[in-house]
Amino acid sequence: MTEMFKDALKGIRIADFSWVWAGPYATSLLSYLGAEVIKIESRGRVDQTRKGSIMNGDSFNGYDSSPTFNNANLNKQSVAIDITKPEGAELARKLVAKCDIVVANMRPGKMDKLGLGYKDLIKVKPDIIMMESSGFGSTGPYKGFAGFAPIFASFGGLAYLTGYEDGTPNVMSGVQDMRAGTASAFILITALINRKKTGKGTYIDISSSECLSDLVGPQLMDYTMNGRSPFRCGNQDDIMAPHNVYRAKGEDSWVSIAVGNDEEWTALKNAMGAPEWAEDPKYDDEFGRWQNRKELDQYMTEWTKERTSRETMEILQKAGVAAIPSFSAKEILDDPHTKARDLFQTIDTPALGQQVVMRPAWKLSETPARIRKAGPLLGADNHDVFENLLGMKKEEVDRLEEAQIAW
Amino acid sequence: MAFGPLTGMKVVEYCDFISGPYCTKMLADLGAEVIKIERPEGDSARRRGPYLHDEPNPETSGLFLYTNTNKKGITLNLESPRARDIFKALVKEADVLVEDTLPGELKEMGLDYEELKELNPGLIMVSITPFGQNGPYSGYKAYYLNTYHASGAGYVLPAASPNADREPIKGGGYVGEYDIGVHTSVAVAGAYYHKLNTGEGQYIDISKQEAMMALERMNIVRYYMIGKSPSRVGVNRVRDTLVQCKDDGYVICVLYPQKQWDGIVRALGNPEWAMKAPFVEQKERDAHFEELKVKLREEAQKYNTMDLFFRIQKEGSACAPICSAEQVYNSPQTKARHFFKAISHPVAGSLEYPGLPYRFSAEEMKGKDDHGAPTLGQHNEEIYCNRLGYTKQEVVKLREAGII
Repeated sequence: MTEMFKDALKGIRIADFSWVWAGPYATSLLSYLGAEVIKIESRGRVDQTRKGSIMNGDSFNGYDSSPTFNNANLNKQSVAIDITKPEGAELARKLVAKCDIVVANMRPGKMDKLGLGYKDLIKVKPDIIMMESSGFGSTGPYKGFAGFAPIFASFGGLAYLTGYEDGTPNVMSGVQDMRAGTASAFILITALINRKKTGKGTYIDISSSECLSDLVGPQLMDYTMNGRSPFRCGNQDDIMAPHNVYRAKGEDSWVSIAVGNDEEWTALKNAMGAPEWAEDPKYDDEFGRWQNRKELDQYMTEWTKERTSRETMEILQKAGVAAIPSFSAKEILDDPHTKARDLFQTIDTPALGQQVVMRPAWKLSETPARIRKAGPLLGADNHDVFENLLGMKKEEVDRLEEAQIAW
Repeated sequence: MAFGPLTGMKVVEYCDFISGPYCTKMLADLGAEVIKIERPEGDSARRRGPYLHDEPNPETSGLFLYTNTNKKGITLNLESPRARDIFKALVKEADVLVEDTLPGELKEMGLDYEELKELNPGLIMVSITPFGQNGPYSGYKAYYLNTYHASGAGYVLPAASPNADREPIKGGGYVGEYDIGVHTSVAVAGAYYHKLNTGEGQYIDISKQEAMMALERMNIVRYYMIGKSPSRVGVNRVRDTLVQCKDDGYVICVLYPQKQWDGIVRALGNPEWAMKAPFVEQKERDAHFEELKVKLREEAQKYNTMDLFFRIQKEGSACAPICSAEQVYNSPQTKARHFFKAISHPVAGSLEYPGLPYRFSAEEMKGKDDHGAPTLGQHNEEIYCNRLGYTKQEVVKLREAGII
């Protein structure tokens, strides 16, 4: 079966020292494209997501029962190496010598202390591509500072801009790790392209906060151009109105509606049965609608709350107006469109039974991105990797496990 | 054109607003040659602010300038058959075409992948649409607000709401649209690497909804873990909290795992309440989260924002001030890393732009010689005359005929 597939990153091997989500998601994306990822963990330094998640707390029994870990580490192999011991660090360097890419997201400086810094690794693999991902970057006065997902959003400028106009800032959630991870995957492949052309590797320092800042570039430019800091504004747009999320029939059910021009406004009015309030000339042009948007939103709600979000979507889309429910997780999982697009996959896991996960979200015609296997049990691939890749004898691997080097 | 690791990669962009243009900006900033094709009226991002000095001008929109650095710009009206031939001639020489027309639109013009790959078998063609090329919603209309909420990302915002009385919201600015650009750039880079190795091109179907869902992949399947849809109401988020300081600024503190909490307690000078039940164990803190938030907020009122930030970080725990654009720009960290860089533009002049989030040891990886976004049709003569062999007079006629 596997011969049927071509992989864009065929033959690329990654030594992945990263944990939680930002690093692991970057290497996941590369694994979807065909790279082989070996995750380096140990019982002395367990990936936090094996124990719990920031959303649910320490809710898993044992290190192999975390759906969150599984989801963030699909396709990967796991070797257990205690890199805080000199013999463990030596073993890790041997492994790196067989790899193309190294990814880590410990605090800057930590890998150096363990003898696994870029200067150490280029000795064993001169063209290695090494990425260190951190909250604030590995230079500058805040370089050693701790950062998790909410920190990137705060320091990067996104949290300040997210929220109701009369509400507090919003850091969102682990999604910020995914954002940093996606940017990381892009630059890692670019480094592979560069290596192919020049034969040279590189060290890459990526700041997750800067990744987030780049996503609010125009708002930052409002400051560099006009000395102004834009503020939170809920769902509002600079000029479009209606442009909001409206209450629909049913519990906590909502639909987003956006009108971009006069033609769509007319279509919306007609679809709503040309209510009298909508004929007020103050709504005839975009500026008037925007100025009176709050009042407009109230009128709109009178109409939307009488029907389900799906009914509103169907009525308005038919009329040529952009309307989509604000989907909950369940609605997405049950949706006929996501089903037609085949977005979810059930995989067998060794410790958790069947798990539903989302497929990679790029549809590539020749090198399909795909999930090949479940996330690994801790240290599950010690023998395979140490024997087959590093050429060690079984007895030697047994010894390392016993000595808690491979542990 | 900037120089960098992607120098030699040839990209044609036929996209509007943010997602497609940001994808190709990421390539252009690292040296790819990007020819941006605009309709004669120009990219719609030109008609949105922020404008330099608040003077509306299609050449000084910060949104457009930021999203289109390092590209070449030409105008082309695909309504005209001759323009379609020009389009084909450009695509024939390209490694990558990124387009964002609605499904079926290019096929009607004879410019779909099947046609184009006949001309250029190694072409990587990327289509970005709201819902992808197939499925019941593939013809649906969606603005950035709608795609954000279609992904499930809005339903959980604002996180930690006290109840569900108010509407779900989108992320700040145009964050979702930029996300889609980043998401697409990974697939393009992967496909280009494959092409360098094998010569093979391919077609890539990107759905904006799915690009944003990918970021929510954990949250969506959490449905199976907790037996209900995660929502914006409090219980789904008890691991960090926002506190307001004496000077009104906000700090976000991470309260999990235990090591984080211990650092915060030390930073606050080991207050008595924190040393005893129910605040010692994580499980108990979860159960008394509302009380805990009140306590932390009281403590935060004793400090100024930056003071609290440094205190907590000094103890090794994660926290950060909530930064406005001004604060991002003026942070000593941002300055030390030279994150903003000055780029000149023929109309807007020299402005400071947010730069790349990565730094490299290898010289070859660094983008060099940045230039500003193209003015409308700035490179018409260069592309039409020098590349495609039209004379200058013909270019004038093409313009008069409404083709370019």
